Amino acid sequence: MTKRITPLAPDRVHALSGAYAGAIATTRRRNGVTLAVILGLIVLSAWVAEVRPLVFARNIGRFTAYIGQILPHLTFANFGGDVADWYWGLPKWLGLLGETILMAYLGTLLGAAAAFALCFAAAANIARTRTGCFVAKRVFEFCRTVPEIVFALLFVIAFGLGPMVGVLALAIHTTGALGKLFAEVIENIDMKPVESLTAAGANRVETIRFAVLPQVLSNFASYGLLRFEINVRGAGVMGFVGAGGIGQEFLVAIRNFYDTDVSAILVLIILTVMGIDLATERLRHHLLGLTR
Amino acid sequence: MSRIAVPDPAAIAALRQRHPEVFRRSWRGRVVTLALLAALVGFAAFAMVRLEFSATRILAGLGRLGEFAILMLPPDSGDRAGAFLLALGETLAIAFLGTLAAALMAFPVAFLAARNVVPNPFVHFTVRRGLDVIRSVDVLIWALIWINVVGLGPFAGALAIACADFGALGKLFSEAMETVDRKAGEGVSASGGTVLHRIRFGVVPAVLPVLGSQVLYFFESNTRSATIIGIVGAGGVGQYLTELIRVLELQQVSFLILLILVTVTAIDLVSSRLRRALIGGQAR
Repeated sequence: MTKRITPLAPDRVHALSGAYAGAIATTRRRNGVTLAVILGLIVLSAWVAEVRPLVFARNIGRFTAYIGQILPHLTFANFGGDVADWYWGLPKWLGLLGETILMAYLGTLLGAAAAFALCFAAAANIARTRTGCFVAKRVFEFCRTVPEIVFALLFVIAFGLGPMVGVLALAIHTTGALGKLFAEVIENIDMKPVESLTAAGANRVETIRFAVLPQVLSNFASYGLLRFEINVRGAGVMGFVGAGGIGQEFLVAIRNFYDTDVSAILVLIILTVMGIDLATERLRHHLLGLTR
Repeated sequence: MSRIAVPDPAAIAALRQRHPEVFRRSWRGRVVTLALLAALVGFAAFAMVRLEFSATRILAGLGRLGEFAILMLPPDSGDRAGAFLLALGETLAIAFLGTLAAALMAFPVAFLAARNVVPNPFVHFTVRRGLDVIRSVDVLIWALIWINVVGLGPFAGALAIACADFGALGKLFSEAMETVDRKAGEGVSASGGTVLHRIRFGVVPAVLPVLGSQVLYFFESNTRSATIIGIVGAGGVGQYLTELIRVLELQQVSFLILLILVTVTAIDLVSSRLRRALIGGQAR
């Protein structure tokens, strides 16, 4: 037995499809306006940023040519010799890479220590005074917003050239970035242990040690590792302003058109960053997985 | 008046006996913690020696920094406020164009890197590693490379930001696509839609707000990186900053830094508003 679906009355169909068309038209109109605004901004900023599509189109060949130019000439017959030739400066570069990683490590550690010392004052839920909380947050914001390389530029003049300057610059930026994250972690804790410890008469240090720290430590470590990874990247370019690490060598190579050196150092940097990326990701998953 | 009963020593001893594991000091845990701390500090000490940290240099430098701080006040534009503002506009334009170009490039590539869209493991593994390689090159290095191609100026800066963020956004986009609810896509497939239909109606509407908010977030952070890209000659306010610091025009430096702080804060405010509107629109 077949059952028939009664069609809607024509006027009802008309009303429904009209409402649908209206709703669609509204979204279309809104999307159109958004698109027009974005296009306007593109044109404006392209004009300000001196975008020259023609130059780009003409010179895009130079990009591929440049890539080809910096790649080493490796032959299958003399592969080992060619690679040795390409990496003629390997011992020096590895030393500089080691220096870069040490800079990142020390910068992260010092910055994390400063952030740790300040973050309890900046977390709104356990801060003792409102002004202290406000001041600590603004300090973090300042350290975070001024790019590390600007600090490095200033410090190079004050302290003289060398990796120490890079470490200090990284440390200050890290203090700002980690301090904000640490304070946010603390603001999201479960307050019950804090309340019970306060009720039992614990002082502030005891409360932090036994109620706050156990809840936040693994997150702190995870953020610290993430920052280390970012700082390795940052330490790699500190040398551009004379603040140590492999950046200086890279800048010299690229400015003087030591083409194969550019690719050799670039490959080393990429491998280091990716290796540290993978290692810290493992460690972080391990950390967060253990405590969950 | 009621008093809190303090348990007598005998009761405490009984408690200790009943729950020994709570009161036992875990020596192993302590040793591990101490060893970890000692390793961290020891390595830091080694790093300090290796990187030639010296207390005298730090003290002398701090003294000079103090002098700088005094010389920086009050901030003064030195009659170049117009030029600074123009450079700041250039910085914003670099950040905007770079982020937009990166997003436009990353959007199609992210589909290839998402496991639930392209089931072929070989494809998404290759694409992911490629994105990782691009991501691990710092934006300043990209700027140096692009300067060699299009010459000095803001255009190179925009291209550098586009390249550096292409890797990062591609990764984030593909992760967002992988967490999307499968039901909508399955519904489209069940009613006879092709793969493209599935992507268009099952994946894109769900991820678009998330992607939009990520792009805005990157725009925020790019206004920061666009301020420094001028250090290598790729346009924007960084060029002035480097020059002024080199010639120790510290009052103008502090003026410029204040200007940057204000701009970055304003952009942060606007974009966090927009982000909330985007994400809120999805939840409703």
